[in-house]
Amino acid sequence: MSNVSKKELRTSIVSRLSQHLEAETLDEWPAIETLGDRLANSGVSRRSFMKYCMGLSAMMAIPISLMPKLVEAALAKKTSVVYLSFQECTGCLESLVNVFSNTRYNLLKTNLTADISTDSIANILLTALSLDYSETLMAPSGLQAEKSKADAIANTGYILVVDGAIPDDKKGAGFFIQHGKTGLQLLKEAATNAAAVVSVGTCASFGGLPAAKGPDNLNNPGNLRGVSPTGATSIKTALDSFGGIYKTKPVINVSGCPPIAEVIAGTLVYWILNGKAPSLDSNLRPTMFYGETVHEECYRKEFFEEGQFVNSFDDAGARAGHCLLMMGCKGPTTHNACTTLKWNQGTGYPMEAGHGCLGCSEPDFWDKKSINAQGQQGVGFYNHLDPATIRD
Amino acid sequence: MTTTIVIDPVTRIEGHLRIEAKIDASNKITEAYSSSTMARGIEVIMKGRDPRDAAHISQRICGVCTVVHGLTSVRAVEDALGVTVPENAELIRNLMIGAQYVHDHVMHFYHLHALDWVDVTKALGADPAKKAALAALTVTLARQNNGDYYKAKYPLTTAGNAALKQHFIDVQNKLQNLFDRGQLGLFANGYWGHQEYRLKAQENLLAVDHYLDALGWAREVVKLHTIFGGKDPHPNLVVGGVPCAVSSNYNQQVSEDAGGTSLNKVNMAKVTALITTMKNFVDQVYVPDTILVAGIYKSQPAANGKPAYPGWEKRGGTGWHYLCYGEFPETGIRNKEDFLIPQGVLLKGDQSIRDINMTEPTEIQEYVAHSWYSYLNDNNAGLHPSIGQTTLDYAKRGGPIPEDPSNPSYHYTLNTSTGYSWIKSPRWYNNAMEVGPLAHVVMMYTMASGPAPAKQDPAVRSAHVNVKTLVDTVWVTKLGLNLTDIDSTLGRIAARTIETKVIADAMSRWHTRLLKNISVNNLATFVTDVDAIKQNPALTQNFKWKDPLTWNFSGPLTGVGFTEAPRGALGHWLSIESGVIKNYQCIVASQWNAGPRDAAGTPGPYEKALENHTLADPTQPLEILRTIHSFDPCIGCAVHVTDPNGEELITVNVSTTLR
Repeated sequence: MSNVSKKELRTSIVSRLSQHLEAETLDEWPAIETLGDRLANSGVSRRSFMKYCMGLSAMMAIPISLMPKLVEAALAKKTSVVYLSFQECTGCLESLVNVFSNTRYNLLKTNLTADISTDSIANILLTALSLDYSETLMAPSGLQAEKSKADAIANTGYILVVDGAIPDDKKGAGFFIQHGKTGLQLLKEAATNAAAVVSVGTCASFGGLPAAKGPDNLNNPGNLRGVSPTGATSIKTALDSFGGIYKTKPVINVSGCPPIAEVIAGTLVYWILNGKAPSLDSNLRPTMFYGETVHEECYRKEFFEEGQFVNSFDDAGARAGHCLLMMGCKGPTTHNACTTLKWNQGTGYPMEAGHGCLGCSEPDFWDKKSINAQGQQGVGFYNHLDPATIRD
Repeated sequence: MTTTIVIDPVTRIEGHLRIEAKIDASNKITEAYSSSTMARGIEVIMKGRDPRDAAHISQRICGVCTVVHGLTSVRAVEDALGVTVPENAELIRNLMIGAQYVHDHVMHFYHLHALDWVDVTKALGADPAKKAALAALTVTLARQNNGDYYKAKYPLTTAGNAALKQHFIDVQNKLQNLFDRGQLGLFANGYWGHQEYRLKAQENLLAVDHYLDALGWAREVVKLHTIFGGKDPHPNLVVGGVPCAVSSNYNQQVSEDAGGTSLNKVNMAKVTALITTMKNFVDQVYVPDTILVAGIYKSQPAANGKPAYPGWEKRGGTGWHYLCYGEFPETGIRNKEDFLIPQGVLLKGDQSIRDINMTEPTEIQEYVAHSWYSYLNDNNAGLHPSIGQTTLDYAKRGGPIPEDPSNPSYHYTLNTSTGYSWIKSPRWYNNAMEVGPLAHVVMMYTMASGPAPAKQDPAVRSAHVNVKTLVDTVWVTKLGLNLTDIDSTLGRIAARTIETKVIADAMSRWHTRLLKNISVNNLATFVTDVDAIKQNPALTQNFKWKDPLTWNFSGPLTGVGFTEAPRGALGHWLSIESGVIKNYQCIVASQWNAGPRDAAGTPGPYEKALENHTLADPTQPLEILRTIHSFDPCIGCAVHVTDPNGEELITVNVSTTLR
């Protein structure tokens, strides 16, 4: 799939869809009938379900002919999801909640791709998974919440979704304690029976902000960079430190600060459909979403090629939509789906709104070296990449 | 006999919170303790970094209040440099934080708080005939309570009514499907059937319908952030203005061929539509639903053999001490008279608002007497944030060390005589202050009750008067409650709804002004280097935004930024030296509300509010959740500090006035 550009992919999805819809070939999928009641109860019409299958098959590079069977198998049982939060800001869950839709609000649907990847994903997710533990959304608190978790993790086959980094738990540190257990203890306990661990957000994937470096010298903070103040690590690093079965537990990193809603949902749906992780890059991110840089499909890329750059917010170039490289855009080194799927159901992405990419889905998000106004190497979102290092 | 109730984790909040409550033999709470159990280290990580980066870093304090920390941070840097931003930037910031309020408050009501008042297991009939009967009752209620909302999709015709009835049958079937398969997911183990749930079946069902609708609605609202800030959560803000310039290709959407920006005519039409969507939901669903729920959970006299009900306007008050930094600059950040939410303090008995000075060292102070931090000289001292110290000291300051958490009977309680939380306790002249929607509404009401300040913008005056009218008609007349009882759990909920309406209404005004400016070619969204120097002659002639080394003053630059966030007063204090952040301290809304006791033993607002609650069933402490949730806790915000290496920047000798 990585040899097909996202633009070609989009075009292909749209054309395949319209062909199918026009030809009404949907009726050739009798297997779906068995799902009738279940889908109806989730508010999914048969037609929108078909539409969804086709969109999904294109997005995930699964042959369309296989989709109905996969979906049927996945829906036969409800996959349990346990969602744990550690050193986090709840932005990832806020983002994920944005996939949930209902037909009443379709005000700003801006393109077909967004339509496919969201409106039905929400309902499929509601049908196909049981969110058995999420502190932000669940009804019970305290002991009753603990019971919900204990019940869920006594089973096997559930997906453990984690947001936030995990801090050091050396005796007396106390950076994360819940009902007497440290973050590392809680992670280990919940990971034991999990079929897979999905690290949502850059904190869980790579340590993120809690793992960003503090100053090496608090009295002279101009010097670069010491260590994470709380000894925070990624979920993968924490699991590896447990050894044994934890080291080989399948881990998928869905990075971003936060990740795009459909990227989180798409990854979960992929696992539910296939029972295995999609193809991953060296940072354990699904290549279907993180296979290309955001620069590749940025609408400002032609200005980059022509050497037309914004030099200050609100200058003539800024109003004309010129390339944001010299304003610190990290798009050329950042792998994510912002410029293809776009944010908030196709509404836009940071460069459209005049700001460079922060590089939030990369392991070095907070500590990336780039060139400052004095021409020196340093850390900063408004420092620019060396144009000579950017491959087109 | 005293029993300690422990709730850990408190769910349906942002972040990690533990509540302990001591109850007497009659199940009445005598003392309550609020403890945050997670820390990160954000202020330390900021040191030594580019001041322009602080907005991006501090924004990650919280992904729920996603705009407010970024905004506070850019204002702090602008304050340090002595510059203000162009009118368009101020309007766009108002629109972004306005959308944040409306989004946050509605989601809080339906997705975080509703399950304390709505019993989902009672929202469906037992068999098809009963389901149909319940749907019919719900149609009547829906027409009466949310008439305009349902009319659009289900017209007032026989067919429309039948379709609406079928809709409510479908919602019941969805729930039934969930219950039948035993896969309750998020609804499992709730306090269902608790005697404190008082809604009728049709009221529960209507609320479930709105719970689901609000999910779809919420994701539309945040698209305003995407248009102006590129994404949501965590849209971009910048020091000196806003990142999004008005598109030179204004009449078209962005494209590869024509370039341009998202601040264009197509997207501005979407913003107009979004604001209408927001206002409609608030007016047609949120406001009437609040009144419906409040009418059922207010005090009821004994009737028909049923005993009197002690309502929630009599529970959960904190004592009428309110603090606001103010928000929504109508005519610029320095013109505080024209803030929609006023800046100031009200103490019990005050007839008018007292001033706040955020830079006065004796005024706002933080205590660590009951937190897991230590101060250099005196753990009982109060320190102003500009000279704040944040030395993390969990074990020495009384943090409980888990001995054997794998033991199922393992149980511990907090050491409440020493430290018991990662939150510090802020105080205003040693007073614990409630912040948030209740403070906002009481302040606006107080403004409207007095004469208008001489030069106040008429639009602001009219908004204040509107708040007073809403409080008087809804709280006093419709619900028949005393104004003073607004200091309560129910009052907090009502205040949140009232301010949402006022802010949603103001958004149209700000957007209209923005469009008018664009139409007359007033396009600036960012202060140029030249204009910055004109605004503040103390800046050197080679001042450049893009090079903080040119931000030269003699000695450190200091600044204070503030925002009145949806959960209350939020302040950032920073100092800059040699182009990088020297020190950064935040005092946030949920810190004011959720903080532990101070050195004098004065409880924080959560702790105070819980006193005297009587629990119908201590194993199902629903009453505690109702009051805690009424504050809309945001604990990620409240705990943002750690400094394991010790903070040695400034040593202060504070001669404390405390006992």
